[in-house]
Amino acid sequence: MGEALPVVDSVRQAEVARALRAFLPERCVLWQGEDTRPYECDGLTAYRRLPMVVALPETEEQVQRILRTCHALGVPVVPRGAGTGLSGGALPPGDGVLLSMAKFMRVLRLDAKARVAVVQPGVRNAAISDIAAPFGLYYAPDPSSQIACSIGGNVAENSGGVHCLKYGLTVHNVLRVRGYAMDGEPLDFGSEALDSPGLDLLALMIGSEGLLAVATEITVKLLPTPQAAQVVMASFDDVGKAGDAVAAVIAAGIIPAGLEMMDRPATHAVEQFIGAGYDLAAAAILLCEADGVPEEVEEEIAKVKQVLARAGATQLTVSRDEAERLKIWSGRKAAFPAVGRISPDYYCMDSTIPRKRLGEVLGFIGEMEKKYGLRCPNVFHAGDGNLHPLILFDANDADQLRRTEEFAAEVMEKCIEVGGTITGEHGVGVEKINQMCVQFRPAELELFHAVKHAFDPRGLLNPGKGVPTLARCAEFGRMHVHGGKLAHPELPRF
Amino acid sequence: MLQDFQERIRDASARGAALRLRGGGSKDFYGGAPRGDLLETHGYAGVVEYEPTELVVTARCGTRLDELEATLAASGQMLAFEPPHFGADATLGGCVAAGLSGPRRASAGAVRDFVLGARLLDGRARDLAFGGRVMKNVAGYDVSRLLAGSLGTLGLILEVSLKVLPRPPQELTLALELPEDKALDALNRWAGSPLPLSASAWRESELRIRLSGAPSAVRAAAEKIGGEIVDAAQAGGFWSGIREHADPYFAGDAPLWRLSLPSHAAPLGLPGAQLIEWGGALRWLRTRTDGSAVRAAAARAGGHATLFRGGDRAASVFAPLAPPILRLHRELKAAFDPAGVFNPGRLHPDF
Repeated sequence: MGEALPVVDSVRQAEVARALRAFLPERCVLWQGEDTRPYECDGLTAYRRLPMVVALPETEEQVQRILRTCHALGVPVVPRGAGTGLSGGALPPGDGVLLSMAKFMRVLRLDAKARVAVVQPGVRNAAISDIAAPFGLYYAPDPSSQIACSIGGNVAENSGGVHCLKYGLTVHNVLRVRGYAMDGEPLDFGSEALDSPGLDLLALMIGSEGLLAVATEITVKLLPTPQAAQVVMASFDDVGKAGDAVAAVIAAGIIPAGLEMMDRPATHAVEQFIGAGYDLAAAAILLCEADGVPEEVEEEIAKVKQVLARAGATQLTVSRDEAERLKIWSGRKAAFPAVGRISPDYYCMDSTIPRKRLGEVLGFIGEMEKKYGLRCPNVFHAGDGNLHPLILFDANDADQLRRTEEFAAEVMEKCIEVGGTITGEHGVGVEKINQMCVQFRPAELELFHAVKHAFDPRGLLNPGKGVPTLARCAEFGRMHVHGGKLAHPELPRF
Repeated sequence: MLQDFQERIRDASARGAALRLRGGGSKDFYGGAPRGDLLETHGYAGVVEYEPTELVVTARCGTRLDELEATLAASGQMLAFEPPHFGADATLGGCVAAGLSGPRRASAGAVRDFVLGARLLDGRARDLAFGGRVMKNVAGYDVSRLLAGSLGTLGLILEVSLKVLPRPPQELTLALELPEDKALDALNRWAGSPLPLSASAWRESELRIRLSGAPSAVRAAAEKIGGEIVDAAQAGGFWSGIREHADPYFAGDAPLWRLSLPSHAAPLGLPGAQLIEWGGALRWLRTRTDGSAVRAAAARAGGHATLFRGGDRAASVFAPLAPPILRLHRELKAAFDPAGVFNPGRLHPDF
């Protein structure tokens, strides 16, 4: 990161706090002493910065007035949901207001007949499915942080999960977003109908990382809960074979509800941690889930078993009951914390690649492990090509940190080279902003800035995230050439 | 050809002239009246990349939709949003620009749900790429989805990558006698239970339901829903008639309105014959009644109305936009097409 560390300007801080206190109760404005400490980072803890002021509005009108006030004063605003994001999208502004939507916790309406829920942005992802369950309905996107992450954050990041090949991402499951522009103007994207007149601004808003508008109300689509689900666990003695098996499943005309892969280092980490019953001799395991009516699940599981056996699976296990199904999944869902136990720190990558290039990319990651002397277990949303290599390192060792950063950068650039993307579901945030300069050309970045300008001409909403300036890319290009010799070694670069 | 396009765009931009982007011309009737110098894209055609196991196809804008669908069918796959062609010459570029989806939309999703990436020539004739050829991609704003339904007003769509899906192993159509209110009720109830519904159409007291999926799931659902099984060949013709507006309902010259509503909206009681699709979320209306009454009824129900074909097209055929949304449209249009050359008036009278 090239910019200087912000130092909180106490005069400005007092001015902004006073302006907000003019209409917000005391409990809704934090700025003194350690009160703002809990907001210094999101799920990407390597980047920390104290916000100048934290605002915790309780009503939409307060959100609007905060935005208007900050707009008038020229103060940057960073919206924050549950703070579970993995790309630093909610890293606070040292010279601005962190706008926490945590108090927007209400479910405003659940209409079982219309199959929609209207919720405030602070409502947790999993809570929506919980309240819909008595009606036989659920909200499909299930990011691994679903017990903690908020729907507002999901909208900002276009979150996915393990079921998105079949059921889609946030953008496929949100019907409407109401919110406010940086100048306080109310905005309403989408509706409970299936389309709206004009351009599809809802699609643009979803995944915009809080750079275009602040969401205050979200209408999600609810789906009927599948009656049955079963999972097949397959072992392979070679990672490439496991990758080919995934292609064979798709070629057989099957769209599994979930299709996940873990390599041996990942299964070993998981087994130590949770004991999910994984085959530790396998080079890779695949989890393939079928859901639907019981007859359909039975039919699909039989087909999947046949395809995987033909693709060279050395061992096949089918869950016999719900308890066993959940046990098999528990390992995959605990992969990140399990890896967290075998290493002081890990760096989670999020690239998506065309699946047919999997063998090549995993081979490349193997080479990088040797080159940088760091281990990197892999978990992989195999169905949709989204990789989560986890580089293990110790953040207290400056050299390991540097090697980790270079390792990740090389892998991201490899993923771009094979036709993939630097981020499938975690977002760019501050973490991957330099690699945006590699994935996009200057004219494309310029157009992104023009889109941003249409919503927020003064550039006050979540500045410095998501889309790099062309100047930054020019600087990164130089850094890139002289890789390893970055300016400002005191800055947290991760 | 790409250079020709770029020259035409630069030239039009310099002269402040309008360009009318056109693929096969099959949707010339849709939206505001096309105007400007014709720029035809059908010559820029061909599948760029198609790997069935990746579930992604990338093709140039001029690729004929029927050829693209035949290519996918040869590998047992399809465009799940069942785009209407409205003519043999329909192209992929026009399909994405128009943003129209067919009978499977309520269950499978719309064009925008399947767009993964696009290449675009903007108003400065810059060749830009957004999104990609992978299922999940959150790098940068989702410009490629924004192009779906933009009616060519943001730029010349050069190339599109779409997610494709396997064709269902089995399809079955059922016919039931039901009045409008009962049909809407049943459709919303069924949509809330785990049934493999893939299309619905109600007209003149008859509701037809299409089920798609694993044979066992289709069989179980057919038992639950009841009604008469429609002969497979006849059913194929019926759904194609609904998708392509070849069904007798669409004959004649009475203005055709398209009302997009929450699926559970109560019957509107507007004068004229209706055809209801998408589990109640799409209601076609043939009526000569005052357009403002149609729009008001749609808005009251939480949706919007489009004058789809015929009628008085002097004013905007689309529902008006709220002022803050209109302002964003103007700003975005200026960002993509500063000289205002692409398809002026097609999406909105002002730009």
